[in-house]
Amino acid sequence: MIALSDLVFRWPRQAGPCLDIADFALATGERVFLQGPSGSGKSTLLAILGGVAVPERGRVELLGQDIAVLTGHRRDAFRADHIGFIFQQFNLLPWLSARDNVLLPCTFSARRYARAGNPATEATRLLERLDLAVDLWDKPAAELSVGQQQRVAAARALIGKPEILIADEPTSALDAERQQVFIDLLLTEAAAVGATLLFVSHDQRLAAHFDRVLSLADINRAATGSGA
Amino acid sequence: MKAVLLLALKSAWARRLTLGIALIAIALASALLLAVERVRHDARQSFTQSISGVDLVVGARTGGVQLMLYAVFHSGNATNNIRWDSFEAIATHPAVAWAVPLSMGDSHRGYPVVGTRADFFEHFRYAAGQPLAFATGKPFAAVFETVLGSEVAQSLGYRTGDRITLTHGMAELGADHADKPFAIVGVLAPTGTPVDRTVHVSLEAITAIHLDWAGGAPLPGLNIPAEQVRKFDLQPKEITALLVGLKSRADVFRLQRHINAYKGEPLLAVLPGVALDELWQTLAMVERTLFVLSALVVLVGLAGLTATLLAGLNERRRELAILRALGASPQAIFLMLTVEGLLVTALGMLAGAALLAAGIATLAPLAQAHFGVNLALRPPSGSELALLAAILATGLLASLVPGWRAWRMSLADGLTPRN
Repeated sequence: MIALSDLVFRWPRQAGPCLDIADFALATGERVFLQGPSGSGKSTLLAILGGVAVPERGRVELLGQDIAVLTGHRRDAFRADHIGFIFQQFNLLPWLSARDNVLLPCTFSARRYARAGNPATEATRLLERLDLAVDLWDKPAAELSVGQQQRVAAARALIGKPEILIADEPTSALDAERQQVFIDLLLTEAAAVGATLLFVSHDQRLAAHFDRVLSLADINRAATGSGA
Repeated sequence: MKAVLLLALKSAWARRLTLGIALIAIALASALLLAVERVRHDARQSFTQSISGVDLVVGARTGGVQLMLYAVFHSGNATNNIRWDSFEAIATHPAVAWAVPLSMGDSHRGYPVVGTRADFFEHFRYAAGQPLAFATGKPFAAVFETVLGSEVAQSLGYRTGDRITLTHGMAELGADHADKPFAIVGVLAPTGTPVDRTVHVSLEAITAIHLDWAGGAPLPGLNIPAEQVRKFDLQPKEITALLVGLKSRADVFRLQRHINAYKGEPLLAVLPGVALDELWQTLAMVERTLFVLSALVVLVGLAGLTATLLAGLNERRRELAILRALGASPQAIFLMLTVEGLLVTALGMLAGAALLAAGIATLAPLAQAHFGVNLALRPPSGSELALLAAILATGLLASLVPGWRAWRMSLADGLTPRN
C-alpha cells in the first residue's frame, strides 16, 4: 500500500540530506505507529507521502503508483483522492461549520464524493460514530473544543473511504483520557473503511494499540532531520 | 477549482470586517476618480458647447482668450470698445450673412446685462447648432423691455411681466439705474451656456440708461425721465463686441485677416472654436492635476488592499495548509488570493459608482442652484468605463502580490506551516 525505496530528500540550500530511507513499507490495512520526535524529518516524510514534496531520488509508491514521477497537479489530485490527513491541531477551517468541514474532501475529490455514497448522510453518520453532539454539527468549527475539533478532523479524514490515513500527532492536544478514546475511535473507523493507517507520534505510550511500531530514527539513515 | 473559489468566497466573508474597510477605501477612491472625470467631461462639454453657428467673434484688439471671456462668457471687462461705424463696415461686408452687436458693462444682481438686437435670439446657436428657445414670452421690442436667461429668472424668481432695474458695472451694489425699470417680456429656455446667466436688453436701452450719465456716474442735476428718452438719438456710438455669421464658411480666414487689418481702428477677430480650445488648454492643467491626484488616491486605496491581504496571509497560513492537505494545488491557492483581491476591487469599484450616482442625485439641485452646473445621472461614458477597467486592472496587479506570496508560502510550508 505504501512503499518507499532508496529515497533521498534534501531541502534547498542544505548540504546533507534530511531523509535517506532504504526501505519503508506498509501493507494494506496495516496500522503502524511511527515514533519520531520533532526534528527527525517527520514533517518532511509526511510532505513526501502527501505529494507536496518530491524526493531527490527514490520511489514513493502508494497503491502501486510511484507518485514521485507524477506532475504536481496529479500528485495534488492523488492526495485528494486517496489520503486522509489528521494533524496535531487547527485541522479545520474555522469559518466553516463542523459538518461542512467534514464534507470538504468530497468537494475536492469526485472519487471520494462517489465513495461516500450520499456525502451528507455519510458526514452525519461519521459525526455520530465519532460521538459529536448533534447541536455542534452546524456550529462554526472555531467554536468547538480542541477534542471536538479533532473528532471532526477524523471524520473529515475518513469520509469517502480513502485508502490511506495519515495522522500526525493527532492526540497531543488532548488529555490522557481523551487520547485513549480518540485512538480507539480512529482505529475502529480506519478498520471499518479498510484504510491503511500511519500514526506518527513522539509519545511511545500510545504505541500499544498498533499492529507494528517503527522509529523514524531506525529507518532514516540521514544524520539529522531538517529541524522541521 | 470551483470548490476553491467557493471556499475563497466563504473565507472572505469570514474576514468581511477587514476586507470591508479595504473595500470602502476603494469605493471612496473610485467615486472620487469618477467624479473628477465626470466634472471634467461635463465642464469641457458645456464649455465647448457654449457657442456654435457663429463664425467670428470680433472685439477691440486684445488677446483671443480675453475676447472670448468677455464676449461669450461675460467675464472680465473689455479694455476698449468698438466704434459703431466699424460694426457697420463689417456688417455690410459682402461675405457677411449677419452680424449681431453686443454691448456690456451693466448688471442685474450680479448677472451680466448684454445690450444687443432682437435678431440675437435668431442667430445665436449653442451645442450642436441648437437655436435659442423662449420658455415664455417673446423677444424685446421696446426700449425698456428685457429677456432673461433661464437661470436668472429661476434663481431670482422672475416671471414675464415683472419689472427689474439694472446696476451700473458688475458689482452687486453699484450705482443704480433705478429711475428706468425694465419689463420682462420673455424668459429663455435653459441652454447650459452663459446665455442662461444673462439679462438681454436692446442696444438702445443701454444708451438710454446712460443718457444722464458721464464717466461712470450720474450727472448731477441732470435727470432724464424714462418717458422722455425717445426724444433722444438712442443709436449707440460704441459697442463691446460683435458676433458674425458668414454666407460661406470658406471665407472665414479671409474675413478674419480683413478685420484684423481693419484701417479704422485696431480690431481682433477670432474663430470661436479655436479660441475655446485655447481657453480650455489654460484650464487643462488644473483639470489634469485633479485627475492625477484622484488617480493617486485610487492607487493608495489599492495599496491598502494589498497590505490588508498580505497582513491577513500570515494568520491564514494554517488555512492554506489545510486546503493543500485536502488536495488544493499551489495554483488554486494563488487563484484564491488573487480572486479575493479582485473581488474586493470590483465590489469597491461598483460601490464607488453607486456612491457617485447617489451623490449626483442628491446634489444635482444644489449644484444647479449655486454653481449653474448641470449634473445629470446617466450611464457611464466610454472614458468612465475605461477608467473602471483601469481600476480593475490595477486591482488585479495589486492582488497578484498576495496571490504570489501565498503560492510561495504554500510551496514552502507543505502540509505543516512554520509559524
